[in-house]
Parts: sequence; C-alpha cells; structure tokens
Amino acid sequence: MKQRIGVYICHCGGNISDYVDVEMVREAVAHEKGVAIAKTTVFACADSNQKEMVQDIKDNQLDAVVVASCSPKLHEVTFRAVVERAGLNKYNYVHANIREQVSWPHSDNKAGATQKAIQIVRAAIAKVRLSEAIEPLEVDTTQAVLVIGAGIAGMKAAIALSKMGVKVYLVEREHFIGGRIAQWDVLCLTNETGKELVSRLYNEIVSNKNITLYTGAQLIECKGSMGNFAVKLKLNPRYVKDICNDRASLRKAIDVCPVEVPDEFNFGITKRKAIYHNFPGEYPQAAVIDMNSCTRCGLCAKVCDKIDLDMKVEDLELNVGSILVATGFDPYTPAEGEFGYKVIDNVVTLSQFKRLLAFSEPGKLQWKGKPVKNIAYIYCVGSRQVEGENKYCSRYCCTATINTALKANEKFPELNHFHFTRGIRTYGKQEQLYHNASKSGHVFLQSYEDDPSRVERKGDKTIVRINDILTNRKELEVEADLVVLVIGMVPRSNNSVADILKLPRGRDSFFNEIHMKLRPVETVIDGITIAGTCQGPKNVVESINSALSAAIKSYSFVGKDKLMVEPVVAEVDPNLCKWCDKCTRACPFDAIFKNEQGVAHVNDTVCKGCGMCLPVCPTNAIQLKTFTDNEIESMIDVLANEL
Amino acid sequence: MNVTKNARILVFSTVKISDPAIDMAGLLKLHYSPKVYTISVPCSSAVKPRWILRALAKGFDGVFIAADGTDCPYGESCTEKTGEIVKKTHQLMKESNIDPVRLKMAAICSVCSESFIKHINSFNDTLLKLKTTE
Repeated sequence: MKQRIGVYICHCGGNISDYVDVEMVREAVAHEKGVAIAKTTVFACADSNQKEMVQDIKDNQLDAVVVASCSPKLHEVTFRAVVERAGLNKYNYVHANIREQVSWPHSDNKAGATQKAIQIVRAAIAKVRLSEAIEPLEVDTTQAVLVIGAGIAGMKAAIALSKMGVKVYLVEREHFIGGRIAQWDVLCLTNETGKELVSRLYNEIVSNKNITLYTGAQLIECKGSMGNFAVKLKLNPRYVKDICNDRASLRKAIDVCPVEVPDEFNFGITKRKAIYHNFPGEYPQAAVIDMNSCTRCGLCAKVCDKIDLDMKVEDLELNVGSILVATGFDPYTPAEGEFGYKVIDNVVTLSQFKRLLAFSEPGKLQWKGKPVKNIAYIYCVGSRQVEGENKYCSRYCCTATINTALKANEKFPELNHFHFTRGIRTYGKQEQLYHNASKSGHVFLQSYEDDPSRVERKGDKTIVRINDILTNRKELEVEADLVVLVIGMVPRSNNSVADILKLPRGRDSFFNEIHMKLRPVETVIDGITIAGTCQGPKNVVESINSALSAAIKSYSFVGKDKLMVEPVVAEVDPNLCKWCDKCTRACPFDAIFKNEQGVAHVNDTVCKGCGMCLPVCPTNAIQLKTFTDNEIESMIDVLANEL
Repeated sequence: MNVTKNARILVFSTVKISDPAIDMAGLLKLHYSPKVYTISVPCSSAVKPRWILRALAKGFDGVFIAADGTDCPYGESCTEKTGEIVKKTHQLMKESNIDPVRLKMAAICSVCSESFIKHINSFNDTLLKLKTTE
C-alpha cells in the first residue's frame, strides 16, 4: 500500500479554478491517509510544474502520484511520463478528471463542483494507494501499415511511411486512385493540376518496393490490436485482364457497350458506359467494368479478348501493426429545390462546374447548349447551416471558388462573376486570390445567415437576389446564365471502415481525433491514426500536413519489432478457480485456456484487457490489473461517503 | 445550492466510448447534477454485479451503466453481455429487497453527450420519486 502520495490540483488557467475552489480541494485531501504532499498549480502540464513534480518525488520519496486536472485522454500519458522520469512506476499514477467532468459541466454550481472535485480526488487517492507497480508487456510488432484511401492524404502518407523503411499496403475502394484531387483541374497557388499531382504520386508509389497498392479493395474485417492487426480485404475485379494495351479493341469494347449511366467522375453532368476507361489523370490506366450497371450482354467480350466477365471477387488477409485511415469526404448534395438545385436547370454545384470547365474547349462556355456569360456563385451551401446539422465552415470552398472563377476567366475571358457570399474566408496566403479577383472586376456581395440569397425562375430567366449588407441591405439582383452552388464537405456516406474499426465520430460526424491540438491524428483506438478530410474539412495543404503527421505517428507503433503495450490484463487466482469454462466462452480474443493444473489461465500477450471475463466468473477468481475489486471498491466507498 | 435536491448516482462508463461523451458534455457546458460520479472501466461488460451492489449498499441512490453498445471496440457481444450483467444484478437486487429501478443501463456512444444528460436527468427524477415514496 502506498504511503507517500503526492497530489497536484490544477487551476488549468481558470478553466478549473474559476468554478472549483482548488485551495479548498487541496485542504480537504491533504490529510487523507497516505498523502505526503498536496499542492495546487496553475498549469500542471507546464514544463516548469513537471520539473517541480520530478523534484518533489525525489525530495519527498513519494511512492505514488495523483494529478487532478483535465480529462485523462489529454494528459494521463504526460504525467505517467513525469513519474517515470522521477524513477516511479507509471502505474503508480492515477489521474483525476476535474475539468471535463467537474468544473465545466457544473460551472452553474460552484459549491457542488468543489464538493464533487474533493470526492473525485479522494477516490483517486484511494485507488493510487492500492496501485501496484506493473511493467508494460512486450509484444512482437508487425512492421507494416495499412493505409486506407489512396487520395492525396493516403498517397502522401504511404510514401512517407515507405521512406521510413516500413512495408505499406495502400488500399483504395475505387478502381482508380487519386480521390477527389484527380477530379480537380488547376489547384490554387501552385498552378498544378490535380492530374499532374496524382500522376507524380502514382509513379512514385508504383516504383516503390515498400508499397503494395490494391485498387477495388474494401476492408471487410479487422481483428487484433495495436502492433498486430489482422485485416481482411475484399478485392473486386476489374473484369479486364491485366492492363489492356490494345487500345483499339478496348475502344471498340467501350463503343459497343449498350449501357449508359451518369459519370460520377464528372458528378453526373456527362454519361459513361458500363465499361469505361477513365480520364488520363486517373490511375491505374486500366479499364474497368462497373458490374452494378453491366447487363452481362457480352458484346464487349466479343471485340476485346482481355475482357473476362467471369472474374471472381477475392479475399485477401494481411497483418499490419498500425492502420492509417484517409478515406476522404463527400461533397455536400443540396436538397432538391435548395437554391433551385434540380428544379432550375442552370443550377449546378461547384464540383460539377469545375468538371465542366475542365472538359470544355476554350472560347465560349456553354451549359446545356446555351452560352454562359453571367455566373452567380452562392456560397456556404451545406456549410455554416443555420438549421441543418453542418454548423462548421468547410474551409476550402471560398478559396476553391475564387480560384476556379479566376481560372475560368483565363479560358473564357468574357465571363462575368457575381459572388453571393456570407463573408469571404480566404485565409492565409490565399487572400491574394481574393485580392486578384476583386481587382479583376469580380463582384462580391454579402448576406447574413438569417437572410440568404434567393434563386428564382422568372420566365425563361434565372434571377439571383440578395439583400446586400455591403450596400446597407439594398436588394440587388443578377440575371444568371449559370448558378454555381458552392458546396461544402460532408463525411463519406458509405463508410463501412468506421463501423469495422469502431472509429468514434465527432459532433460533425467526421472522425474524431483524441485532441485537436495535442493529439491531432490519434484516435482512441490504439494503433489507428486518421489523416486528411475524413477528420474534417481541409484543403490540400492541410490534408498533406495531417497525412505526414499520421504517418509519423503510425510509424511510432511499428518502427521497432517490439512494442510495449499496456499490461492491463486479466489475472486468474488459481486457488479460487473451479474451472467452469465460462471465462473462456466470454473472452472475445481466445486469451483464456485451461492449464496443466486444470484451472483457467490468461495468455498475457493475447488478452486485450476488456474485462468481459470478470463478471461471468462464479467464484470471483478473475481480477483485471488496475481495475481490481480492491481498487474499484475503494473508489466506490470514498465516492459514497461524502465529506 | 441545489445539490441536496439531487440523487446520488454512480456511473460506470467506458474509457473509449462513453467517457468521451461524458467529457464532451462538460466541454459543451451541458449541466447535470454534481452528485453524479463516474468510474471508468475498459468495457461495460466488465462491470461486476458486486460493484453495483456495493455502491447501492454504501449510499448511492442509483447506478447507471453507460454501455458501449454496438460501438464496443472489443466485440459485438458487448451489448448482450452487458445486458446479462444487468439482468443478473436485477435478480440479486430483488433477492436483497432493493428496487431494480435503481440500476439503469443505456448505450452511450462517443458523441452521445446530449443523450447522456437526458438519461441521467430522467434517472435522477426516477430516483428522487422513489426516495419520496419510500
């Protein structure tokens, strides 16, 4: 039992101390059994305080420590490291959460908050008093990373990991890599096209021995944990053997295909066949048959011997030490009638407009056979919603729209641009684009969120109206030949990856990091990192930054052939076990077996510490380390017994 | 100070799923009774009935299991197993003449902050009514 406990109560600036009387907490716990020192500190996580803690532990021969501060999700790791630096075992540290679970939710009741904080710190002291020094378990690590999603983030992460010497499996659900970037033309600031960027990265990937790329591949199962994940992929065939170099016969096969469906690459504004060979910017440069649309008429196979309609779906099993998720975003789909979408025929989304510009020949821009001169852009469609769920700003769209409009002018100089905004957010270096557009004669109008622009049909004309706050709410109108809805980003609608990996989502439904500043690419599932827009709206630069961070974090799990993991595992008391088999049946990981003595035994390296075996044992023979009966019940006793 | 009006509730929450939801309730300044205390466990299927009975015996008015539900990172059997724990504990409570209503379980996903508040407030009301009738 620990007898020299150090207790630190954090002000967290004022986040805690504005609502909790931290001095009163300190006084209340200072005389708890075993407490040697009790201090308050303005910022427990500050470097100076960490140094002071190390000194305190040494000077006072402390044998255990409690810090009462923010959620353990943020700083439990930090303080465990502090006690280790002072020579203690890190499991002789207990974290008390008095910010997220005290000062913030009870900011309306300071006395109640202070009382609760006292109880929580006392419970933490009770637990740490019983804590035992345990050593991390060493497990073999599979030095490979699964990167899910071969968009810009996934590709960059895969390349970065491969350069660190790690084997990378890059998996893309679609038959073509590049994600959204492949669909964009000229990107802002660098003037590169998406196609050029994807081509460069693709060439780097296919020439890299450490990267294996799977397209048409879907994650269908994941077992195991950090260091040793066993994943199963479903590989959907292209139904075209190898890479068909006979372009003429392939062209014939596409020509004879009788099925036409909207082309998702062009966001439905053009059609493609069931067999299609995608645009030059899409890799691999191989045709594919879309079996959801194909009627299996066999006409294509008659003119091209590379086509094989009998190709089968295959399963592939891989072992990896870490998983990096970069599954990207979906563009927001406006509701029917939202700013005239799908009701007025010259209303398109920004994604459609960008594709229209990409494949239109220079000269005069046309939409559905009619010339386009005046373009009205309606901003924040599906972002910053007043009534909808998407309260966030999608970050990329103001810049993307202005960049697209400026590039459109280079190809179609006669265009007039009218921007119906809710305030332009071309932050950072991108502000220059806004400046250029303003100087080039683009007209920027602005409305408040409660009084949005309106798109109306008047005879054969499409009118966009706004009560423009830049001209004292004067009602202004533009007769538009094309209305472009500047749509934001939303989470992928089909994201089975999240369900399989059990990835938590934030309030915006994008994947959630542990902490947006302190642990921005880690998830609560150990060994799984997130990158790019699956985490929330980002532009290309931001996506790549997060991808490189996630790559380094994933590398930290697999960089060595051994990994130290939490020793929070179940333990059977052989004297109490009567062997009934209930624990083996309850264990989802097959970690418990009957040993030579005829009693249950836990395989430490297989046990994940879930504790599912605990309540099923009829003789209470199983304890989970750091969650033992003694520890939990000592906390219950303290919490029930208010001072 | 309104603390005396509230029931004393012990919440068993889970490190990876319901803890983040309860933390986020704080972040969003969603208020609930300060008489609600949380003990974190790895998985809701790990809660022993004896812990629940001890909490009730030692003075808690109610115990709430903020279960992982289908989001459990350890496996799909969690919902069923946590349900079994509740069923078994309810039986033990009846045998000890403890009203089973004092143990409640609900799945709380990692972003179910509002749902947590709703459950805890309604559980608080139930327990207060129970105290009045007793």
